[in-house]
Amino acid sequence: MIGYIIRRILGLVIVILLASMITFFLMHAIPGGPFDELKMPLPAEVKAQILKKYGLDKPIWEQYLRYIWRALHGDFGVPFQSPTETVLSLIARVWPVTLQIGAITILLSFTIGILLGILSALRQNTWIDYLVTTLATLGTTVPNFVIAVWLMLIFSVTLRWLPTGGWGEPKHLILPVLAYFLAPTAVIARFVKVNFLEELRKDYVRTARAKGLPERTVIFKHVFRNALVPIITLLGPMIPDLATGSVFIEVTFRVPGLGKFFYTSAFNRDYPMIVAMILLIAVLWGITYLITDIVYALIDPRITFT
Amino acid sequence: MRDVIRVYKKNKLAVFGFFVITIIVILAIFADVVSPYKYDEIDLISFLQPPSFKHPFGTDSIGRDLMTRIIYGARTSLIVGFSVQIIAVGIGVPLGLLAGFYGGKVDYWISRLVEVMTAFPGLLFAIFLMVWLGNGLINIIIALGVTSWVGICRVTRAKTLEIKGETFVEAVEALGASNSYILFKTILPNIIRPIIVMVGLGIPQAIFGEASLSFLGFGISDPMPSWGKMIQESLGYLQGYWYMGFFPTLSLAITVLCFNFVADGLRDALDPRMYGRRA
Repeated sequence: MIGYIIRRILGLVIVILLASMITFFLMHAIPGGPFDELKMPLPAEVKAQILKKYGLDKPIWEQYLRYIWRALHGDFGVPFQSPTETVLSLIARVWPVTLQIGAITILLSFTIGILLGILSALRQNTWIDYLVTTLATLGTTVPNFVIAVWLMLIFSVTLRWLPTGGWGEPKHLILPVLAYFLAPTAVIARFVKVNFLEELRKDYVRTARAKGLPERTVIFKHVFRNALVPIITLLGPMIPDLATGSVFIEVTFRVPGLGKFFYTSAFNRDYPMIVAMILLIAVLWGITYLITDIVYALIDPRITFT
Repeated sequence: MRDVIRVYKKNKLAVFGFFVITIIVILAIFADVVSPYKYDEIDLISFLQPPSFKHPFGTDSIGRDLMTRIIYGARTSLIVGFSVQIIAVGIGVPLGLLAGFYGGKVDYWISRLVEVMTAFPGLLFAIFLMVWLGNGLINIIIALGVTSWVGICRVTRAKTLEIKGETFVEAVEALGASNSYILFKTILPNIIRPIIVMVGLGIPQAIFGEASLSFLGFGISDPMPSWGKMIQESLGYLQGYWYMGFFPTLSLAITVLCFNFVADGLRDALDPRMYGRRA
């Protein structure tokens, strides 16, 4: 087990190094830099000074090695779009916005998703079951910015209850969360339903019912626990996904979070921001996969590592 | 083959999806004939018109007919959807076959590559490639193709591993067939069904991807219409001009949904063991 974890962590480090290398070199291979003639007409000497200040005059491999060295010391450089801050402080400033939406979305989608899943398993082939199936199909196939536009058309344009975008007040949270939470809720509901149905067909349920336990006890004390354990595999990958936010939702609703900054950074060729954000995302994903696998093994003793 | 059609026909949603997609494909192919205007025809006098007999879906901020642009947008979506899958198959299938068949070092490095690709959320990587390549139809196809072969590669590898040990493969090997013969004439025909299913699931994802990239402004360049771009353009006008956002989102949603219905039907018909698993 310990050997397995160490090997997985080593694998994770290799993957992150590769990811950083690919992003770094691709980013610098893009024709045009942040200090192009058109964007910033500067005298040659001043430009040379700036390039020197940011280390852009060195060969790429040297820039990369310097970058990794500094990154290991917690210094990811200065974002070109906001030179008075550091990359870390900018991320620290905008990330909470995204985390706030992400946390509410996770909470809501798990409670509602599990509830809908159980209901549709217990009331199979009724309207609630069809509703869940329809929502699941919509949530997993239709792009979330399409859902965002529909929500805007309903709640902001027709009913005029909520603003079409912005940030700062609680009412600005509602539409982004709604647009965001449909897909994970749908996935969870469908997953819970399938698991619940599978569990209901097992022998111990028949035994419990045969010995005369009330249906409520059978469902909540016996089936409930066994059916919900596999949800951890779903929760794992959902956390980094929701924690890093959706570029589309944040752009649509003008939410100043991580996703929106990824977008502006990509548009403005802000190398330090982009590389740092991609690394952040890659690290988050890697760690969650690792933790999910370990936690799953701890819960289910049938899984062994080799 | 008859079996496949019989199972497919049982799935009503899949039949419905196929029907709708046939209509969309016909509209897209004959866009020049069926659309009432030209997609880049600017009519500054009748800008931001609500739906009417003259303009069934209304007009945009510079007076272009929205129905025309939606029909041409279908053409863009379909071209991207299919071309991206051609690239994805072109990369994913050979890599999967090699990894599954040769194992060892080849498998190790291909698997690492797959892992790196999954470490990024696919669309972020595609955005990244678009920044590098610049806007345009061909570049979108490349960016999405390069980022969407991973699923196909995984399935191909797993199925190759599964089938490599079968007696008939050993028999062909014992008869002295070359490796390329075994790979392409013995193994590939036997794993083609799950690959077709993956392609079926991949088409709506590619359409989704194109719309997303164009929505963010990293996609199709003007004046070529794209649903994603039309949705983006509508955002500033939604308050007063609902139809600008309504029709493109509806077209995109219907197309993506119907392709998914078809893919589900194909999966049930071609690869019953995959049932319930989604890529």
